Parts: sequence; C-alpha cells; structure tokens
Amino acid sequence: MYVAVKGGERAIDNAHAWLAEERRGDTSVAELSLAQIREQLKLAVNRVMAEGSLFDPDLAALAIKQSRGDLIEAIFLIRAYRTTLPRFGNSRPVETADMACDRRVSATFKDVPGGQVLGPTFDYTHRLLDFKLAAEGELPEAPTAPPRREPTPHVTSFLRDEDIIQTEPDSDATPRDITREPVAFPADRATRLQTLTRGDEGFILGMAYSTQRGYARNHAFVGELRIGTVAVEMEIPELGFAIEIGEIELTECETVNQFTGSKTEPPQFTRGYGLVFGQTERKAIAMALVDRALRWRELGEDNVGAAAQDEEFVLSHCDNIQATGFLEHIKLPHYVDFQSELELVRKLRREATAAQEAAE
Amino acid sequence: MHPLLQVNNIRKMYGHRIGCTDVSFDLFPGEVMGIVGESGSGKSTLLNCLAGHLETDGGEVIFDTRDRGPVDTLTMSEPERRMLGRTDWAFVHQHARDGLRMSVSAGGNIGERLMAVGGRHYGNIRASAIDWLDRVEIEENRVDDRPSAFSGGMQQRLQIARNLVTGPRLVFMDEPTGGLDVSVQARLLDLLRGLVREMGLSAIIVTHDLAVVRLLADRLMVMKSGHVVETGLTDQVLDDPQHAYTQLLVSSVLQV
Amino acid sequence: MSEYNFAYLDEQTKRMIRRAILKGLAIPGYQVPFASREMPMPYGWGTGGVQVSAAALTPDDTLKVIDQGADDTTNAVSIRKFFERTAGVATTEETERASIIQTRHRIPEAALREDQILVYQVPIPEPLRFLEPRETETRKMHSLEEYGLMHVKLYEDISQHGQIATSYAYPVKVEGRYVMDPSPIPKFDNPKLEMAAIQLFGAGREQRIYAVPPYTKVVSLDFEDYPFEATKADHACDLCAAADSYLDEVIMDDAGGRMFVCSDTDYCRSRRAAGHVGRLGSEAPLSTGPEAA
Repeated sequence: MYVAVKGGERAIDNAHAWLAEERRGDTSVAELSLAQIREQLKLAVNRVMAEGSLFDPDLAALAIKQSRGDLIEAIFLIRAYRTTLPRFGNSRPVETADMACDRRVSATFKDVPGGQVLGPTFDYTHRLLDFKLAAEGELPEAPTAPPRREPTPHVTSFLRDEDIIQTEPDSDATPRDITREPVAFPADRATRLQTLTRGDEGFILGMAYSTQRGYARNHAFVGELRIGTVAVEMEIPELGFAIEIGEIELTECETVNQFTGSKTEPPQFTRGYGLVFGQTERKAIAMALVDRALRWRELGEDNVGAAAQDEEFVLSHCDNIQATGFLEHIKLPHYVDFQSELELVRKLRREATAAQEAAE
Repeated sequence: MHPLLQVNNIRKMYGHRIGCTDVSFDLFPGEVMGIVGESGSGKSTLLNCLAGHLETDGGEVIFDTRDRGPVDTLTMSEPERRMLGRTDWAFVHQHARDGLRMSVSAGGNIGERLMAVGGRHYGNIRASAIDWLDRVEIEENRVDDRPSAFSGGMQQRLQIARNLVTGPRLVFMDEPTGGLDVSVQARLLDLLRGLVREMGLSAIIVTHDLAVVRLLADRLMVMKSGHVVETGLTDQVLDDPQHAYTQLLVSSVLQV
Repeated sequence: MSEYNFAYLDEQTKRMIRRAILKGLAIPGYQVPFASREMPMPYGWGTGGVQVSAAALTPDDTLKVIDQGADDTTNAVSIRKFFERTAGVATTEETERASIIQTRHRIPEAALREDQILVYQVPIPEPLRFLEPRETETRKMHSLEEYGLMHVKLYEDISQHGQIATSYAYPVKVEGRYVMDPSPIPKFDNPKLEMAAIQLFGAGREQRIYAVPPYTKVVSLDFEDYPFEATKADHACDLCAAADSYLDEVIMDDAGGRMFVCSDTDYCRSRRAAGHVGRLGSEAPLSTGPEAA
C-alpha cells in the first residue's frame, strides 16, 4: 500500500534528539567546557566572532560547541543571535595606532619605530605533528617583556609624511551599516570593507590568491600587520563625553601596493586595508588584497575582467551564511516544481516522437 | 527639406587630449555620410558621441524625431534615448560580437528589436526574421542556429539584419567591413549598398577604408587629430583632395 | 521564549519591513530593497517570507504555513512552530480559517478573501536574473521598462521546443508595468495571482520585498499565437476526485505504479470531508515520516 513520505513534527523532534546525542559523542569522554573552547580553540572562536560580526568569545565558544565544530554553522548561530540584540548606539572609531600590540610586523622596512614584534605566530613553526600534545603536559613558561606603553605609529604614516603613498580622504560621515541597510551597487568603500570583513575566510582567501596569480595583480607588500587589543569608546549623550566600554582584539593589515601615476600626478603607492576581529591574520591580509583589487575604478586602473575586481560578484557571494543557506535549500522538497517540469518534458517528448514518426 | 540630423560643435576631451572638437554638419534624409581618417583621428569618438555612447563635453546632436520634431538627443532623458536606440536608430559595430547576442539564435537576434517595441506574435516575428535573413543572404534553415556557428561575414550580415529589422531612419556604422577578408568585404559592401538604396537609409559610416566610402557615401568628412580638415561630395574629395592630409590619405590608398 | 519580542523581530525592524511592504503595495511588482535580518533559519529556507509574516502578524491572527501546498512538510512544520513559539498566535491547517498564509511554491486552491494575506517565500526575486546576472543592469532594465530580452527567452523556447518551456516561476507583468517573478509556483497557479487577498513576497537573502495588491491585473507573458496555458497532470485526484486542482505524482510501488493526489492537502481533506471519493477511495494515506520507515 502507498505510504506517503510526509515529514512530521515527530520526525523533526526525533532528528533533534539524535543530533543532541551525536553532539555529545561518547559520554565516557569528558564534556568540553566553553572555557576550554574559548581558551584552547581561540582561532576558531576568532573566526566565528569575525564572520558572525559579534565580538563575544563566550558566545562564540558556545556556538562552536553547539555546532559540533562546524564553524559556518557556528557563525550562523551567532548571526541569528546578533539580529535579536537591541542596538544602543555606535562606538567611536577605534584608534588602531593606540593598539596594545601582541604582534606587529612590517615586510617593507627592516625596522620601524615601535619595532617588529613576532608575537604568537605559527609562521616559523615547522609543521610537524607534535605528539607531546597528545599527552597532557606542563608547559614551559614563555619569556616575557614589559609591554610598550606609547602608541605604535602606522608604517604607512611614514610613507604618507613623504607623500609617497596615496592619502585617504578624512571623513566624519557615518558609514552605511550593511546590517541595517541593503547593499546597493555600486557600493562605496565602507560598504565593501564591512562586507569583506565578515565574508567567508576561504572565499576572500581564494579571491586574494587569484590577484596574486595575475587575475588583476596589484602587487601587494604587507606594509604592516598588527594584532592586539584596542579600547572601544562610546559617546554617552547624557554625559557629553566618551567613556571606555571595553576592549576588543583586532587584526589590522595595511598593504602597500603598486604605484599609479600620470603626467599630472607623480607616482604614488596605493593601499589596501583589512581589519578583522580577533587574531585572524590570513583573513586580514586577504581582505586587504581584495579591497585593493576592488579599488580599480577610483585609482584609474583598467578593469581586466578579473573576478576580484568585480564588486557585484565579490560582495554578492562572499557571505557564507547566505551561500550555505541557498546552497543547502535545494534539499528542501521541490516536488511541485519538479512535477511541472516532469509534465513539460513528457509533453515535449510526446510531441517530438510524434513529429519523428510523422516524418518517417 | 529638413535635415534628419544636425550636429553642432561637438567636442569631446580625454583629459587634456582632444577626442574631437568643432564638429558640425547636417545630414539629410536618405543621405550617407562617410567619416574617414586614420586610427586616432577621432572618427570613432565622434561616432560614439553622436550615437550617445559617449558623453560629450559640448555641442548638440539634434534629431528630427517622429513625434516631437527636432530634439537635442544629448539632453534627452535616458528612457527616450534608449527608445530611440531601439526604434529609429541603429548601430552596427565593427565586431559583430559586440552587436549580437551570441547565445541567442539568429531568429531571436533579429526578433529582439521587434519584441522590444511590443511585437507579441511569434509567427510574425519569425517570418520577419526569416525575411531579413534572406535579405542579408543567409539561408532560412539557419534561423535557429546561434551566431557562434556563423562565419565572420555571416555574423556581420546578421548584425545588419538585426539592426535594420525595425526600419530605422538613421544607422551608425563603425568600420562595418573591418576585420573581414577582402572577398567577404566586397560582398558585404554590395549588400549594404543595395539595402541603403532600397530602404532610402540615412547613415553615418566611420571607416579608414576609402573604398567603403567610395561605394556607399554621398558625402565625406576627413578627420585628423580630432578636427575635420575637409568635407565635400565623395567623388570631389577623393578625386580632387584639397587638404594636404587628404591628399596623403588618397595617395596612400592608391599606392596599395 | 519570553526573551524574544513578539514574532521574534524587534519593533524597529518590523516597522522597517512594514514600510517596505507599503512601498511594495504602492508600486505593484516593484522589488523594494530592505535590510533583511539574519533569521534563525537558513537563507533560502524562507527567511524572506518569515520576516514579512513577522511584520504582518498581530496577536489576533491565525497563521497557516504550507510548503508544496502541504501543511505537514518538514519546513512548513518548522516555520509554523517558529511562530507558535515566538508569537504565540493561533495556527490552522484550514485555508478558510487563516488570516495569514505563508507559502512556498503554491497558491491554495480555494479562492482567498479580502481579509486574508498570502505571504510567499521567494528564492530569486529577479525575473531577469538568468538573462542578466548583474543587479545594476537588471534594475536599469526595470526602471526603463526594457523587457525585450524576456520575450527573446520565450521566443527561443518556442523555436527550440515548439512551446514556451517554462513550467514554474513563470514571469508575469503586473498592472501593465513591472515584470515580476511570482516565486517558483507552478504556472498552473499563475491565473490565481489576480485575487482578493493581499499578496506579499519576501526574499531574505536577496533583500527584496514586493507585493501585489488585491484585484491587481497580473498577466503571464506570452505570444498572441502561443498563449499562456495553465497546465497540470491530466488526471483527477485519486483521493478526492478533484479535476481542478494541482496534483502531486506519487510513485507507489517498485513496478512504477503511480497515483495522483492534490498538492493542496487542506483542499483535498475538505473535499473528502464533503463526501467526494476518488479512484483509490477517500482514505487519507498513512501520514508517516522517516521515523516510521
């Protein structure tokens, strides 16, 4: 007898129960605590905060736990939660020159005021599996030094003093907020940067890589990469001045790119910019390259038809929450549409066969 | 008789460089104007300014519209200009690919303009498409083929058919024979001459090939460095060039 | 779930969405950009429809949610549950009793009334998208009413297949002005787009809302000599004998036996309740899910 495959509430409830069980895994293994995730899977937490566009390590850790380590799913949880939060106002722009840097490197100068600080990086580790980590063990203490108190000037500021790099126009205008206004094309740079900073790391990386391989090459030097904490300040109208409401960790990357120039204007370096929550330097560097590639119009460059130059293409497809949702929605039932296609194809085949037979 | 098109003091600058400047002329119904000059002379810039593809830095392009009489097309609203672009005006690109939809059948390419102005009868649209294929010497059985399956000469003829199907009153042509083999060029020119006469088309043809204007144009304009250096009846200019540059141009062709 | 506002979205957001809805109603068929919010269900799963419903719902409303015409498909169940939890509104499976119906891919068979709102979930709101991928271009085409390309597509269909080969998401022209994607409903449903109820379309991922006010003229694009045809399987419902409803085709056994049943489950149920009997009797098929398999 015919059995209709109908999803029911019970199916959904059962699936959820099973999922919860799978999430926990073998109960003889100790359960992960949020603190463990937050402290020991910090880069995963950072990515979830960056692409979820919400700076809250505890919530990000919870999302990672709930999503069984599927970071896109975790980002989705954070985004959905973020939507429900009331908005009290905007902070003042953070001052990255005042960043307390954990890491700060420049590829363009051997030494710079403020110094090169390698910081906690994988860069010069040999990628050998460290089997010691499989066993629990005490950690030798890392050497420490007194922190730098004074601001660390940006490397590009030295180039700017010499007028050898393009100056970015100062503006006090409030940028559009892509979570409050729909993105329209052509998009201004603030809109592009906002979209890129919460764009999928893999997508942005791929786009940036394509520019390095010649699809709109813009020859980037990492002028400076800095990671550290900055204070977040907010104007309180009732007080009439700004107060510090907390601090966040940021990664900032400024690239120094190939120069432009014309008969009327002497050659100048150009720049790309990346700013991302947490220690997320792959993303910040990639973002700077893509930002630079998208600036071809204002810098008077040719559109060579490369994907990374195509604002509509990049901005419309870099959000992994949009992408994954739409991709996965094809799992949903489509049998009404399929039925109409089925009938159409049958009809077309009938007519084609009839025409063929008539011809014979 | 009113001019169909009055061009007054068209000027286009690229920064400090002159694209074209001080260009004025009248074009009368049924007349074909040829614009010649070497590459970089400003002739293509001028054509694109006239057709509204490039913004000008000054001047007027007054077209005798059907409903409103003479109107400056440079100050027209965009919907109006686009409407003109798919009814009374046509533009034949040098490269057929720029003027065709390569993923749409030949019939669809020709039919597009008809549908854009409200054609809603498939049978009639298709009949027009087939009629126009015949007029540009493409066999009827190619109507459902895509232009990518056509030779360069056929693509160019298809582009012409696609443009002429709505009976435009003014056709802009940018090097219509450029990039084609010599034998193919001759056939295309012959075809164009026939269509121009038969339909009483008014046209502005930009070319560096004096043979093209000799065959098609009633009048000539010779351009150099963005300026018009000589104008006149085609035979007069070609047989008795007055300006030193025209003389050079004519003689260099004759040497070939 | 007291920590969330009524119908999940905060009032500020709902006001923003209502403004977009009103603008959409004022310009029938025009796609109004809106700042779509991240919802707790994935993009592509009805986030646009859910936001529109959330903005339209009042505590007195009775909500019905269908997917593929059915109230008991998983995604319909999931969305209905979402509103039960976040808005606490009454829900129903009866078209007649609903004041707001959120749908994916179908228009109910029963004629809707002036006091009802039909909310569509829309994946790709732009009817020109697959002819021209660029938003900047398609917006220009709409604003200048340049729809020739749309007919070129239909022309190509006929020249290739002998007929218009679009069977769902069949484009329409609204009130003689905007060409609109009616969402992926089968073209069988297109004639119903002219109705007494308000129709709202929400595309969350694409950040667009559009609308068709009651009794608005909605014309399916076609050619005079190849007129639009609303087609369905050439059968009657095997359960309720309806000859006028859109049918699902169900494969019944390994030998490829088929049955046809109304895709609109409430329509079928109400006909059977009224005594209509189809070829295979009027017994409702066992409603079982994967958990019973």
